Amino acid sequence: MRISRTARVVLGCITAAGLAIVYVPLLLVLLNSVNTDRSFGWPPSGLTGRWWRAALHSEGARQALLTSLKAGLAATAIALVLGTLAAYAVHRHRFFGRRTVSFLLVLPIALPGIVSGIALNAAFRTVLDPIGIGFGLFTVVVGHATFCVVIVFNNIGARLRRIAPSLAEASADLGARPWQTFRYVTFPAMRSALFAGGLLAFALSFDEIVVTTFTAGPGTRTLPIWIYENLARPHQAPVVNVVAALLILASVIPVYIAQRLSSDTAGGRL
Amino acid sequence: MPAAPTPGSRLRLTALLAPPLLWLTLAYLGSLAILLLSAFWATDSFTSDVVHTWNTDNFHELLTTPVYRTIALRTLSIAAAVTVVDALLALPMAFFMARVAGGRWRRPLLVAVLTPLWAGYLVKAYAWRVMLGEDGVVGAALAPFGLHGPGYGTTAVVIVLAYLWLPYMILPVYAALERLPERMLEASADLGAGAWRTLRSVVLPAVRPAVLAGSVFTFSLSLGDYLTVQIVGGKTQLLGNVIASQVTLDLPMAAALSAVPVVLIVCYLAAVRRAGALDSL
Repeated sequence: MRISRTARVVLGCITAAGLAIVYVPLLLVLLNSVNTDRSFGWPPSGLTGRWWRAALHSEGARQALLTSLKAGLAATAIALVLGTLAAYAVHRHRFFGRRTVSFLLVLPIALPGIVSGIALNAAFRTVLDPIGIGFGLFTVVVGHATFCVVIVFNNIGARLRRIAPSLAEASADLGARPWQTFRYVTFPAMRSALFAGGLLAFALSFDEIVVTTFTAGPGTRTLPIWIYENLARPHQAPVVNVVAALLILASVIPVYIAQRLSSDTAGGRL
Repeated sequence: MPAAPTPGSRLRLTALLAPPLLWLTLAYLGSLAILLLSAFWATDSFTSDVVHTWNTDNFHELLTTPVYRTIALRTLSIAAAVTVVDALLALPMAFFMARVAGGRWRRPLLVAVLTPLWAGYLVKAYAWRVMLGEDGVVGAALAPFGLHGPGYGTTAVVIVLAYLWLPYMILPVYAALERLPERMLEASADLGAGAWRTLRSVVLPAVRPAVLAGSVFTFSLSLGDYLTVQIVGGKTQLLGNVIASQVTLDLPMAAALSAVPVVLIVCYLAAVRRAGALDSL
C-alpha cells in the first residue's frame, strides 16, 4: 500500500497531537507538585520542594501504599495460579463449553466496576459477615483477584497459541512425564508471559478504586482510596499532588520492564 | 490443535478447570446471583433495612419512572460518544504507529501510548479537573481565540472518559494493524486498488474485530463510571452515580438499577462475540 506524503504528514500530526494531549495533563500534575500555591491556578506562582518533603512524611499515604502493595501482590499471586490453569485448559484441551469458560472469565472486567463492586459487597454481607469474616484486606484481595484472573489468562493464552504443541508432544515422545514437560519445556517458554501478565494484573489491582470502595472495610485504605478521600480536603491537596506526581513517575518502571521482557505485551493483552 | 480426549487428559482437564471455575462461581457468579436476588427484595423506608419479601416493585419503578429512563439514555449516549471518539482517534494513531512510522520509532511510540495507562485513573481524572477548572490550562489556551473551555459537565465527562480509555482502544487496533501481512496490501495494490480503496476494503475489515474488542472496554468502562462524573461532571448524573448513591440507602433498588448496565453489556458482548472480537481481547 503506497501512502502519499501528505497522508503520512497528516497521520504524523494526528499522532503527535494525540500524544501531546495525553501528556499535557500528566505534566501539569508534575508541575503542580512543586507549585508554591496550595490551590492550583494557571500559571503557577513559584516553585518549591516543600510539598515533596511533607508527602514523604505523610503516615497516611505510606500506610495506604503498603496496603495497596499487599493487596496487589496477593491478588496477583492468586490470579497467576488460576489464570494459568484456565489458559492451559482452554488452549490445550478441547471440551464442551470452552468458549463459555473464556466468556465467563472476561465477565468480571467486562461488567462495570460498580456492578462487580456492589455484587461482591452484597455477597460478603450476606455470606461472609455472618460467619465472622468482616470487610478488610481479605475481601479486597478476593475482589481484585477475581478480575485479575482474566489478565493472566489472556497473556498466557496468547503465548500458548504461539508455542507449538508439537514441542510438548516431542518431549512426551522422548519419555518425559507431563510434569517434566511442563518444567523443562512449557514453563520456560511462557515465563515472560507469566511475568507480563502478573505485572498487568498487579497494575490493575493497584489502580482499582470502585471495587475496592465496596469491598474494603472502613479501616482498609488502599492508595487510590486514600487519594480519593484526601482530594476533598484542601489542606491535604499539596500532598495528594505529590503522590499523584510520584505515581506518574513510577508508571515508567513497569512499562520499561514489560518492554524489555517481551515483545508480547505490545500486543495489548489487557 | 488440542489433543483428542483420553481418560488421562480428561482427568487433567478437570484438575485444570476446577480451581478457576470454582473461584469464578463462588466469588463472582455467586455474588452476581445474590445481587440479582436482592433486586427482588424491598427496603423499609424508615430504617433503610433490607426486607426479605419477594416482589418486583423495584423493576416496576425502574421501568415507569421517567428520570431513570433519561439517566439510562444519557449514560448510553455518553458511552457511545466516548467509544466513537476513541475509535476515531485510535485508528489514525495506531495506523501511523504500526504502518507509517519506521521500525525504530514503533517501540518508543508504543511506550508513549502505554505509559499513561499506569499513571492511575484518579490521578488523570483529577488532572483534568485542574485542566478544565476556572483558571485551568484549557481556558487559558482558548482565551486568545475568544473561546471558553467546556467547564464541568457532560462534555467534560466525554472528554475525560475518552482520554482515560484511549489506550484500551489503541492497543488492540495497533496489534491488528501490525499483524496485517504486507503481502495483502501489495496484492490489493497489484489488483489496481488505490490507497483509499485498500484502506476501505482490506485494512478496515481487518481491524474491525480489534476496534470492537477495544470498544468493549471503552463502552463498558464508561457505562459504569461514576467517579469521573463526580470529578468533572458538574451536576451530570449517570447510571453509576445513581447506583452508587442508592447502595447504602436502598440496596434492592441499587441492585435493580445495576441490571440495566449488565443487560446492556451482555447484549453488547454477545453482539461483538459474533464478530470475533473477544478472540482479540
